[in-house]
Amino acid sequence: MSIIISILAIGGFLCLYRIYRGPSISDRAVGVDIMGILFVGITALSALFYDLPYLIDLSITLALFSFIGTLALAKYLEKRSLDD
Amino acid sequence: MISSIGWIIIWIGVFFDLLGAIGLVRFPDVYNRLQASTKCVTLGTFGIMIGIFLLKGFTPMGIKALICGAFLLLTSPVAAHALMKGSLHFGTKMWKGSVVDKYGEDKLGGEQIEKKEK
Repeated sequence: MSIIISILAIGGFLCLYRIYRGPSISDRAVGVDIMGILFVGITALSALFYDLPYLIDLSITLALFSFIGTLALAKYLEKRSLDD
Repeated sequence: MISSIGWIIIWIGVFFDLLGAIGLVRFPDVYNRLQASTKCVTLGTFGIMIGIFLLKGFTPMGIKALICGAFLLLTSPVAAHALMKGSLHFGTKMWKGSVVDKYGEDKLGGEQIEKKEK
Protein backbone atom coordinates (compact mmCIF):
# COMPACT_ATOMS: atom_id res chain seq x y z
CA MET A 1 0.00 0.00 0.00
CA SER A 2 2.52 2.59 1.10
CA ILE A 3 4.84 1.46 -1.71
CA ILE A 4 2.33 2.70 -4.31
CA ILE A 5 1.98 6.14 -2.73
CA SER A 6 5.78 6.30 -2.35
CA ILE A 7 6.24 5.67 -6.08
CA LEU A 8 3.75 8.43 -6.92
CA ALA A 9 5.53 10.77 -4.46
CA ILE A 10 8.83 10.04 -6.24
CA GLY A 11 7.11 11.10 -9.47
CA GLY A 12 6.00 14.31 -7.76
CA PHE A 13 9.57 15.04 -6.69
CA LEU A 14 10.75 14.50 -10.30
CA CYS A 15 8.15 17.10 -11.38
CA LEU A 16 9.50 19.46 -8.69
CA TYR A 17 13.00 18.98 -10.10
CA ARG A 18 11.71 19.97 -13.54
CA ILE A 19 9.92 23.02 -12.11
CA TYR A 20 13.15 24.07 -10.37
CA ARG A 21 15.52 23.47 -13.30
CA GLY A 22 13.23 24.25 -16.26
CA PRO A 23 15.02 26.49 -18.77
CA SER A 24 11.85 28.28 -19.91
CA ILE A 25 8.47 29.11 -18.41
CA SER A 26 6.80 26.47 -20.63
CA ASP A 27 8.73 23.67 -18.89
CA ARG A 28 7.53 24.93 -15.53
CA ALA A 29 3.93 25.03 -16.77
CA VAL A 30 4.23 21.42 -17.97
CA GLY A 31 5.65 20.38 -14.59
CA VAL A 32 2.78 22.03 -12.70
CA ASP A 33 0.22 20.30 -14.96
CA ILE A 34 1.76 16.85 -14.53
CA MET A 35 2.15 17.30 -10.78
CA GLY A 36 -1.54 18.21 -10.49
CA ILE A 37 -2.62 15.02 -12.25
CA LEU A 38 -0.26 12.97 -10.06
CA PHE A 39 -1.84 14.50 -6.97
CA VAL A 40 -5.27 13.45 -8.24
CA GLY A 41 -4.02 9.86 -8.30
CA ILE A 42 -2.47 10.13 -4.84
CA THR A 43 -5.72 11.50 -3.39
CA ALA A 44 -7.84 8.75 -4.96
CA LEU A 45 -5.47 6.04 -3.71
CA SER A 46 -5.55 7.55 -0.20
CA ALA A 47 -9.33 7.35 -0.31
CA LEU A 48 -9.02 3.66 -1.22
CA PHE A 49 -6.35 2.73 1.33
CA TYR A 50 -7.58 4.57 4.40
CA ASP A 51 -11.27 3.97 3.58
CA LEU A 52 -12.25 7.64 3.54
CA PRO A 53 -14.83 8.04 0.72
CA TYR A 54 -14.94 11.83 0.82
CA LEU A 55 -11.39 12.07 -0.52
CA ILE A 56 -12.76 11.01 -3.93
CA ASP A 57 -14.73 14.27 -4.05
CA LEU A 58 -11.47 16.07 -3.28
CA SER A 59 -9.79 14.32 -6.20
CA ILE A 60 -12.54 15.43 -8.61
CA THR A 61 -12.17 19.02 -7.41
CA LEU A 62 -8.38 18.81 -7.72
CA ALA A 63 -8.65 17.59 -11.32
CA LEU A 64 -10.99 20.51 -12.12
CA PHE A 65 -8.68 23.12 -10.59
CA SER A 66 -5.60 21.62 -12.25
CA PHE A 67 -7.35 21.84 -15.63
CA ILE A 68 -8.41 25.46 -15.12
CA GLY A 69 -4.95 26.46 -13.88
CA THR A 70 -3.27 24.87 -16.86
CA LEU A 71 -5.64 26.62 -19.26
CA ALA A 72 -4.89 29.96 -17.55
CA LEU A 73 -1.14 29.35 -17.87
CA ALA A 74 -1.51 28.44 -21.55
CA LYS A 75 -3.57 31.57 -22.18
CA TYR A 76 -0.93 33.67 -20.45
CA LEU A 77 1.81 32.10 -22.56
CA GLU A 78 -0.11 32.68 -25.74
CA LYS A 79 -1.24 36.28 -25.35
CA ARG A 80 0.98 37.53 -22.49
CA SER A 81 -2.18 38.67 -20.71
CA LEU A 82 -5.38 37.27 -19.23
CA ASP A 83 -7.78 39.86 -20.62
CA ASP A 84 -9.55 38.17 -23.53
CA MET B 1 -11.03 -12.41 -9.27
CA ILE B 2 -12.28 -8.89 -9.99
CA SER B 3 -10.27 -7.64 -7.01
CA SER B 4 -7.07 -9.15 -8.45
CA ILE B 5 -7.74 -7.49 -11.83
CA GLY B 6 -8.31 -4.18 -10.05
CA TRP B 7 -4.99 -4.40 -8.20
CA ILE B 8 -3.15 -5.31 -11.41
CA ILE B 9 -4.67 -2.30 -13.21
CA ILE B 10 -3.72 -0.03 -10.31
CA TRP B 11 -0.12 -1.28 -10.48
CA ILE B 12 -0.02 -0.71 -14.25
CA GLY B 13 -1.32 2.82 -13.70
CA VAL B 14 1.30 3.59 -11.06
CA PHE B 15 4.02 2.23 -13.36
CA PHE B 16 2.86 4.51 -16.19
CA ASP B 17 2.75 7.47 -13.79
CA LEU B 18 6.38 6.86 -12.85
CA LEU B 19 7.34 6.50 -16.54
CA GLY B 20 5.67 9.84 -17.31
CA ALA B 21 7.54 11.60 -14.50
CA ILE B 22 10.86 10.12 -15.67
CA GLY B 23 10.07 11.25 -19.22
CA LEU B 24 9.38 14.74 -17.88
CA VAL B 25 12.92 14.84 -16.47
CA ARG B 26 14.87 13.02 -19.16
CA PHE B 27 13.61 14.40 -22.47
CA PRO B 28 15.53 17.31 -24.01
CA ASP B 29 12.75 19.65 -25.13
CA VAL B 30 9.48 21.09 -23.86
CA TYR B 31 7.51 19.53 -26.74
CA ASN B 32 9.06 16.11 -26.18
CA ARG B 33 8.33 16.43 -22.48
CA LEU B 34 4.68 17.26 -23.16
CA GLN B 35 4.42 14.36 -25.60
CA ALA B 36 5.83 11.84 -23.14
CA SER B 37 4.52 12.94 -19.78
CA THR B 38 0.96 14.01 -20.64
CA LYS B 39 0.03 10.75 -22.32
CA CYS B 40 1.68 8.53 -19.74
CA VAL B 41 0.29 10.35 -16.72
CA THR B 42 -3.22 10.56 -18.18
CA LEU B 43 -3.27 6.82 -18.90
CA GLY B 44 -1.78 6.05 -15.48
CA THR B 45 -4.25 8.08 -13.45
CA PHE B 46 -7.15 6.79 -15.57
CA GLY B 47 -5.93 3.26 -14.79
CA ILE B 48 -5.88 4.04 -11.08
CA MET B 49 -9.49 5.28 -11.30
CA ILE B 50 -10.60 2.18 -13.23
CA GLY B 51 -8.87 -0.01 -10.63
CA ILE B 52 -10.68 1.74 -7.78
CA PHE B 53 -13.97 1.25 -9.64
CA LEU B 54 -13.27 -2.46 -10.07
CA LEU B 55 -12.33 -2.83 -6.40
CA LYS B 56 -15.31 -0.93 -5.01
CA GLY B 57 -18.02 -1.88 -7.52
CA PHE B 58 -21.23 0.12 -7.85
CA THR B 59 -20.89 1.98 -4.57
CA PRO B 60 -20.84 5.80 -4.47
CA MET B 61 -17.05 5.73 -4.20
CA GLY B 62 -16.68 3.56 -7.30
CA ILE B 63 -19.06 5.68 -9.36
CA LYS B 64 -17.26 8.86 -8.31
CA ALA B 65 -13.92 7.31 -9.26
CA LEU B 66 -15.33 6.46 -12.69
CA ILE B 67 -16.64 10.02 -13.13
CA CYS B 68 -13.26 11.42 -12.13
CA GLY B 69 -11.54 9.14 -14.66
CA ALA B 70 -13.86 10.22 -17.45
CA PHE B 71 -13.27 13.87 -16.54
CA LEU B 72 -9.50 13.38 -16.66
CA LEU B 73 -9.76 11.60 -19.99
CA LEU B 74 -11.74 14.53 -21.43
CA THR B 75 -9.78 17.46 -20.00
CA SER B 76 -6.14 16.40 -19.97
CA PRO B 77 -5.60 16.32 -23.76
CA VAL B 78 -7.27 19.72 -24.04
CA ALA B 79 -4.87 21.15 -21.46
CA ALA B 80 -1.88 19.58 -23.22
CA HIS B 81 -2.95 20.97 -26.58
CA ALA B 82 -3.45 24.46 -25.11
CA LEU B 83 -0.01 24.33 -23.47
CA MET B 84 1.59 23.25 -26.75
CA LYS B 85 -0.06 26.07 -28.69
CA GLY B 86 0.87 28.55 -25.99
CA SER B 87 4.49 27.43 -26.09
CA LEU B 88 4.61 27.83 -29.87
CA HIS B 89 3.17 31.34 -29.68
CA PHE B 90 5.51 32.21 -26.81
CA GLY B 91 8.47 31.21 -28.96
CA THR B 92 10.01 28.42 -26.93
CA LYS B 93 12.86 27.03 -29.00
CA MET B 94 12.86 23.45 -30.21
CA TRP B 95 15.62 20.95 -29.62
CA LYS B 96 18.45 21.27 -32.16
CA GLY B 97 17.88 17.69 -33.32
CA SER B 98 14.27 18.31 -34.31
CA VAL B 99 13.48 17.08 -37.80
CA VAL B 100 10.34 18.91 -38.90
CA ASP B 101 8.80 22.27 -37.92
CA LYS B 102 5.72 22.94 -40.05
CA TYR B 103 4.50 25.79 -37.82
CA GLY B 104 7.77 27.70 -38.11
CA GLU B 105 7.87 27.12 -41.87
CA ASP B 106 4.36 28.51 -42.24
CA LYS B 107 5.24 31.55 -40.13
CA LEU B 108 8.41 32.22 -42.13
CA GLY B 109 6.60 31.75 -45.45
CA GLY B 110 3.93 34.24 -44.40
CA GLU B 111 6.55 36.85 -43.52
CA GLN B 112 8.29 36.35 -46.87
CA ILE B 113 5.03 36.76 -48.77
CA GLU B 114 4.28 39.97 -46.88
CA LYS B 115 7.74 41.36 -47.75
CA LYS B 116 7.22 40.58 -51.42
CA GLU B 117 3.88 42.37 -51.44
CA LYS B 118 5.48 45.46 -49.93
